[in-house]
Amino acid sequence: MTEHLEAGAYNFAYLDEQTKRMIRRAILKGIAVPGYQVPFASREMPMPYGWGTGGVQVTAACLVPEDRLKVIDQGADDTTNAVSIRRFFQRTAGVAVTEATPEATVIQTRHRIPETPLKQGQILVYQVPIPEPLRFLEPRETETRKMHELEEYGLMHVKLYEDIARHGQIATSYAYPVRVEGRYVMDPSPIPKFDNPKLSGNPAIQLFGAGREQRIYALPPWTKAESLDFDDHPFETSKAPHDCDLCGAKDSYLDEVITDDAGGRMFVCSDTDFCAGRRARGMKGRLWAPKPEGVA
Amino acid sequence: MTLMEPVTTTDQPLLKVESLTKRYGPRIGCADVSLDLYPGEVLGIVGESGSGKSTLLSCLAGHQRADLGRISYDGRDVLAMTETDRRRLSRTDWAYVHQNPRDGLRMGVSAGGNVGERLMAVGARHYGQIRGKAVDWLGRVEIAADRVDDRPSAFSGGMQQRLQIARNLVTGPRLVFMDEPTGGLDVSVQARLLDLLRGLVRDLGLSVIIVTHDLAVVRLLAHRLMVMKSGRVVEQGLTDQVLDDPQHAYTQLLVSSVLQV
Repeated sequence: MTEHLEAGAYNFAYLDEQTKRMIRRAILKGIAVPGYQVPFASREMPMPYGWGTGGVQVTAACLVPEDRLKVIDQGADDTTNAVSIRRFFQRTAGVAVTEATPEATVIQTRHRIPETPLKQGQILVYQVPIPEPLRFLEPRETETRKMHELEEYGLMHVKLYEDIARHGQIATSYAYPVRVEGRYVMDPSPIPKFDNPKLSGNPAIQLFGAGREQRIYALPPWTKAESLDFDDHPFETSKAPHDCDLCGAKDSYLDEVITDDAGGRMFVCSDTDFCAGRRARGMKGRLWAPKPEGVA
Repeated sequence: MTLMEPVTTTDQPLLKVESLTKRYGPRIGCADVSLDLYPGEVLGIVGESGSGKSTLLSCLAGHQRADLGRISYDGRDVLAMTETDRRRLSRTDWAYVHQNPRDGLRMGVSAGGNVGERLMAVGARHYGQIRGKAVDWLGRVEIAADRVDDRPSAFSGGMQQRLQIARNLVTGPRLVFMDEPTGGLDVSVQARLLDLLRGLVRDLGLSVIIVTHDLAVVRLLAHRLMVMKSGRVVEQGLTDQVLDDPQHAYTQLLVSSVLQV
């Protein structure tokens, strides 16, 4: 595979074959035991912790030369994190890249699931800062492992109870815990709870990599992932109560953008590819104005 | 009202312990302890610091593993149970009241959440019902309903201890372990707590093993008494009998050491 290398200094997709093999083993185990956090020997990557070192290692272990990679950060293809990771794999693996969700075979994401439904054969790789859903309730790792082993998840509901007692509703709005196939409780990484329903029964493979915490976990295709809730306070998704100001979408997750210092604001799709695709098909939002002729 | 409530007797002991031994390396934690606890009975364990009473209690409650001996609860061998079963037992049928309420409470979680935790751990998933039950139990331990959303760190020591008791009793356990439940409280608060405990024990028909070095506590609460010294049981019998007519030299010392006001 040396023909893909820029200077012949790196193996395909940066990591050496033994490391990728080790990571693939962890991935396979994660897929075999959905929602279970598999420890793996996370490597130093040429980027700081918190920038997606776990996701990058999982992506590197999954990539083959025929792949077409898409990288998003909070839904956007053009932010620093997304651009630098995409360029990293262009240079070290030489794979094709795309911004179009349906064309990608591997999608690395930070904190969003694309709006366009995924399909069979695609792999969605999440960057995970803290894989342990019980961490802020129980600081001891030995104890949280025991709780997973014995399915003692009452504590998770204590957190939701506290939310309702204090705010009148479940105020957890991202990293909303899910129960996978009635067994492991899993942190879906800090995706908004708007995206939680897309976790469940998704035809794509979903892989989660936490580099600093050295954990990999997975949701195989068509796996059930139930968001935890109370009978009298059922799980509800939430989004800003607006339409996208650029493409007019009513059902996509929105970012709020401050436009001046006089209270002006606009709401735009956080998924840039989804938004651009809609505009290309002629759909317009409240504030959309095409670029004037002659402007780059 | 008589001081002692009648003991409801059945033929089968709820908890049966046979020659339990726990060593810390070459030292003895507790040695060769046997006891039977019948439903509705309160057993006091007294002894000086280091006499092995807390070790015994934590072995019984499953916090530590005993080296030798047998524990059977309700006819089941506790030491042979899987950890899942044992932990389920300690969440439902058993309760453990720590000396320091901070050990038994989640200080960052509201009073209601603390009481509700055991309910949620055994599968309660209805917020309104969990909250209703929490308020009910706060009332039973004399904590006002409007404190349900306050954190235990905003409570006084006596309230924290009462909250810990509510949190433990909410799932309707049959066997309660108490480790110095009145330790660190001033005497008037102690007296009210003891009153409360006595009422709860009688109303709910609890079996209790209470470890303390305070003879007044066992005089009020316990039906039977075990005196421990250097890890061994030196004397046992009915509470009044042991306290009024101590036979063993150490028990005589213990009884005569109590300050008379």
